[in-house]
Amino acid sequence: MIPACRLADLPRGEAHRLDIDPPVSVFHTEDGELFAIDDTCTHQDASLADGWLEGPEVECPLHASKFDLRTGAVDSPPAKLPVRTHEVVVEDGVIHVRLSAAAPNLPPCGAARLAKGSG
Amino acid sequence: MVGASLAGLSAARSLRKQGYGGQLVVIGDELHRPYDRPPLSKEFLAGALGEADLSLEADDEDLRAEWLLGARATGLDRTGRAVRLADGREVRADGVVIATGAAARTLPGAEVLAGVHTLRTLDDARALRDELARGGRLVVIGGGFIGAEVASTAYALGLDVTVVEAAPTPLAGPLGATMGGIVSALHADHGVRLLCGVGVKGLRGDERRETGVPPDGVRRRVDVVLLEDGRGIPADIVVVGVGARPCVEWLEGSGVELDNGVKCGADGRTSLAGVVAVGDCANWYDARAGAHRRVEHWTGARERPDAAIAALLAGGAVEPGVPRPPYFWSDQYGVKIQFAGHAAAADSVTIEAGVADDRDVLAVYRRAGVPVAVLGMNQPRLFTRWRKQLAAVSS
Repeated sequence: MIPACRLADLPRGEAHRLDIDPPVSVFHTEDGELFAIDDTCTHQDASLADGWLEGPEVECPLHASKFDLRTGAVDSPPAKLPVRTHEVVVEDGVIHVRLSAAAPNLPPCGAARLAKGSG
Repeated sequence: MVGASLAGLSAARSLRKQGYGGQLVVIGDELHRPYDRPPLSKEFLAGALGEADLSLEADDEDLRAEWLLGARATGLDRTGRAVRLADGREVRADGVVIATGAAARTLPGAEVLAGVHTLRTLDDARALRDELARGGRLVVIGGGFIGAEVASTAYALGLDVTVVEAAPTPLAGPLGATMGGIVSALHADHGVRLLCGVGVKGLRGDERRETGVPPDGVRRRVDVVLLEDGRGIPADIVVVGVGARPCVEWLEGSGVELDNGVKCGADGRTSLAGVVAVGDCANWYDARAGAHRRVEHWTGARERPDAAIAALLAGGAVEPGVPRPPYFWSDQYGVKIQFAGHAAAADSVTIEAGVADDRDVLAVYRRAGVPVAVLGMNQPRLFTRWRKQLAAVSS
């Protein structure tokens, strides 16, 4: 299990990104639930922790594909593949993430990061 | 469905999602299945994304539609119930969705010269990508988003790039003069020349014979971009990025009211019953502004068809929900630029976070103290917070 942050430090409506490879984010919904998913949109290199959190869904900050935090499923393109979900455990007030063993669905354009004009 | 790009595809999805079970015909003038245009000036042009990556459809997606691709609509029957195609065919329908988008404007005489490009379609992007790969001197005419993104991509590919903008400040329309100046300073940061406040008089070609022209024709290749102040900028490749015009000529005489595109209500309904318009060609009524607005944003093409399809299926007025403030993004020189709202409505702009000189900034536009727009450069998290706040203020 990987410690993420203190529960008290993650208000409802906010997300906390773990800078691991690939990055994972923990979301604290307005309803008080905690979810962890892969942080990178499966369409392009965007951080879902920066996205629009509403109910149990987060919308990619760039292209409006919405991911269900409970299942990782995406509602509609441009993203086509789900993100992985990870188990969240809170122990002694600290949020931990137990990483999924599945293979991540990363966007195809990691190379785009190398081309300065693109992202 | 006349138009098979993002707006047409989104409308087709909305139809099925809202329970329409009947026959659906999607007419597209390009040969390609729906694809994503924003990467055409960025990752695709840079060679980092391939054509398969651009597809907008999911692999297992089935809209139960008949696709007529490579078929251009040339007319709409006055009753609004039949679409005429360039090849003489006619498609009869109970309802019509106009999603014919916009076409890149160009300069007079540009089409006769080799090496001069516009960028709107996948075919445009293929041709430009192949030319950029050969390197050389690129002159971009127009400092708007398409022009700036092409300049940024070409710079990363190692070309010598000059951007020519007729207005004193690029992007002053969408971003206002202050922030337009800050965003367009990205060019100079990277050694790309930006010439402002000077128009283009014309393009000059030389006598180099272009390969690939028919044997009976000598097509001259662009050589110099001539400016109105008398200067000439040497060029091997020219990209004309001077905006787009709505593709609505085919509707003339149809009874669909045209005014800067298809004039429609807040729910996308046109002046003809059973006909709605979506996407770049649609000039929607914006209740907040009390005026019609034609917005050429990806997000509008993605989100607005829901309301138009609801109105079409209801066969009459539907109270549309308040749309979120218009949103777009741009990627230039590794900087992520995001904007939501209407800059023109603002009477002040304040930098709320970051430093303009670092191109890392969050700026809020206000009118009488109320936020009306927000701009972020490399500030995605703060930007999303402000965007949500903007939506809450305006709904």
